[in-house]
Amino acid sequence: MENAIELRHVTKTFGRVTANRDVSLELKKGEILSLLGENGSGKTTLMNMIAGIYYPDEGEIFVNGRRVEIRSPKDAYNLGIAMIHQHFKLVDVFTALENIALGLDKKEKYDLAAIRKRAGEICEKYRFDLDLNQKVYEMSVSQKQTLEIVKALFRGADILILDEPTAVLTPQETEKLFDVLRNMRKDSKSVVLITHKLHEVLEISNRVAILRKGEYVGTVETKDATESLLTEMMVGQKVELNIHRSQPENPRKRLEIRGLTVYSREGVKVLDDISFDVYSGEILGIAGVSGNGQKELLEAIAGLQGTAENSSITFYGDDAKMQLIGMTPRKIRDAGIHLSFVPEDRLGMGLVGSMGMIDNMMLKSYDSGKSFLADRKGPRELAEKVKEELGVVTPGVNTPVSRLSGGNVQKVLVGREIAADPIVLMTAYAVRGLDIHTSYTIYHLLNEQKEKGVAVIYVGEDLDVLLDLCDRIFVLCGGKGNGMLDGRTATKEQVGLLMTNLKNGGGES
Amino acid sequence: MENLVAWILRAIPFGTIIMFGGMGETLTEKSGNLNLGVPGIMYLGGFAGFASAYFYETSTPNPVPALCVVIALLSCVGAAMLGGLIFSFLTITLRANQNVTGLALTIFGQGVANFFGVRILDGATYSAAPVTYSAFSAKLPGVTEHFGLFGRLVLNYGFLVYAAVILAVALHFFFKRTRTGLNLRAVGESPATADAAGVHVIRYKYLATCIGAGISGIGGLYYVLDYSQGIWATTGQMEALGWLAVALVIFTTWKPLNAIWGAYLFGMLYWLYMFLPDVLGIHVASYMTDLIQMVPYVVTILVLIVASFRKKKENQPPASLGLSYFREER
Repeated sequence: MENAIELRHVTKTFGRVTANRDVSLELKKGEILSLLGENGSGKTTLMNMIAGIYYPDEGEIFVNGRRVEIRSPKDAYNLGIAMIHQHFKLVDVFTALENIALGLDKKEKYDLAAIRKRAGEICEKYRFDLDLNQKVYEMSVSQKQTLEIVKALFRGADILILDEPTAVLTPQETEKLFDVLRNMRKDSKSVVLITHKLHEVLEISNRVAILRKGEYVGTVETKDATESLLTEMMVGQKVELNIHRSQPENPRKRLEIRGLTVYSREGVKVLDDISFDVYSGEILGIAGVSGNGQKELLEAIAGLQGTAENSSITFYGDDAKMQLIGMTPRKIRDAGIHLSFVPEDRLGMGLVGSMGMIDNMMLKSYDSGKSFLADRKGPRELAEKVKEELGVVTPGVNTPVSRLSGGNVQKVLVGREIAADPIVLMTAYAVRGLDIHTSYTIYHLLNEQKEKGVAVIYVGEDLDVLLDLCDRIFVLCGGKGNGMLDGRTATKEQVGLLMTNLKNGGGES
Repeated sequence: MENLVAWILRAIPFGTIIMFGGMGETLTEKSGNLNLGVPGIMYLGGFAGFASAYFYETSTPNPVPALCVVIALLSCVGAAMLGGLIFSFLTITLRANQNVTGLALTIFGQGVANFFGVRILDGATYSAAPVTYSAFSAKLPGVTEHFGLFGRLVLNYGFLVYAAVILAVALHFFFKRTRTGLNLRAVGESPATADAAGVHVIRYKYLATCIGAGISGIGGLYYVLDYSQGIWATTGQMEALGWLAVALVIFTTWKPLNAIWGAYLFGMLYWLYMFLPDVLGIHVASYMTDLIQMVPYVVTILVLIVASFRKKKENQPPASLGLSYFREER
């Protein structure tokens, strides 16, 4: 089989940081190649050089056997290479059709009707589900991704690079995407899938190429690969892939949530009569399709969200109980209820990107102490401790956190909340976008907290992990409680069904 | 009735000044550049147009009116585009802060115009270019007699008034129906997207900003050579007009077609204080006139509030307005 792309000895540096060192790699025609690596291993940078976003400092790129210079995304397009980035390159106020028409060859006539017809044919051929007249800002993440792929195919792309395409998709949407990719492979197009999800790699790809710390480790045929082999190549050492789940020890009721109802600012009911309990020494998982009230639920407990009448959240401390509704977020935090919220945008909530680790630690302690000058010594020690214990990779505790890779940012955030000795610890999407190694570090951290007797609430997306990690799983569907399952006996199908089908009555107390 | 007619006759020329200013700024902002130097650019354009026409008139015994128009327009657009080029170089190439650069350009333009204006005035309180004025304000002969009220209200202006309307329609068509317009809007909404799609972002930004400045400059030219009857005097009037043009862009929610009626409405509101007593029978004390002249700004704020309530994405400014673009930013 001929090579669609061949990289030879490619090196790229940013200042003093080497993103890729001497990488040689090939992509065959009509195959799906997985590019596997931890966060910050240079997967995206490497692919950006093929897509014309970056220009390699050294090395050569061959496309279809011919040596090429790719100086801009346009050059890449002309060679039939398209890259679907994690952050979609779409114009929000444009319709799907206008986005497809953007930047098309100037020689062709500007004829939206003709473009519509051709785009429709592509949708038909690969079985895409896309409304060409819909505005992008009205689309779901999955629809936007579909549009990106249609856009690429419309421009005659033969080589498609997808940067962590499944990170934001539900299991069903992921299946749909994979079907499309298989259709493309049948059509002898080449696909590079940047990912760190091992089961996806094993499910769909023909071969797996592995990068570690910017360097090329090797390529394996998927049929010869196993999870442990891939992980070892990726991390460079053996990693324990099992989540140890201990039995909860003397569970005590910490939170009692009754009839919690929340309206969004637009007046839509986002949480409807939610009731459940949270116990110490256990991890309570919250499952649900993204956007079904998870965020509001956690925010309501943390006091960041207004609640409707008759909602009740009672906190059982060591000596007294306390009604949380109507309390300021500050009081709730002081009582020992900590929210380590990791939203879609990691830096959006919780951390200030332009500040270093120390200053970010200070955000929670700036007003402690008697002096009118802020205490920097405590936060510095805390920052050093978090860096040390969680293995945060950073040039220094004063380096702005926005310069750190996603995994390290998340470690800083979780580390800060854990350091405050919480009684209830809430995390949302704590491992979103993290590689396997870092994810497991976070799971272990949460488990440690649980064993210390903390009540942990874990909002997650990966059902496998939820079932492995959590003692009980509460399922949200359309803002309603749709059942409480035992994490040890529940099956993936059971949870998936509850996530999408509202049963009558719902809820459990 | 007569008073209403007189009111409209004042409002339309006034609206034309800010319509040019606003349309130029709309074009600029569609590329994601927020050029707050509009007042300065109108000064540059207005002064360059006047000065060139003045020198031409004073150096020839029998100046040709058509030539006056061409010379004035060319130097006006040239000078204004130069102002846009300074802004582009600073903000696009050097990635300076757009707000600061724009404000500096406003001060710069006003300063340049007044500095050289003093030399033209040469001690007099004003100087004039009468031939150019009559060329710019030339009306179709006999319209008031043959077409009655319609003639007086609609056909009774210099050619730039109609040019402004045609330009508004042309800009609308350009944004909505052409490939270049689509690419330009994409540059203003999401330059990274446009770049990835192969649109030359930097070139689009430079061109839109410079051409936009050229159009804004015509507003200044129209002010000096038609509205002010071809008279140059050192006053700060044009700066207020420049800010009104910026307000007009917001008022129209970045749509050139809205600028046609929006600009005339601003004109009506600006002259409201003069016609309140006669048309509406409301008498106001003289010290209130400045307050009433604020109305266009108040209306702009109201439009902003209403637009933000309706949350329609189409009525929002271009998403990357005011931000510099750098491809390799990490």
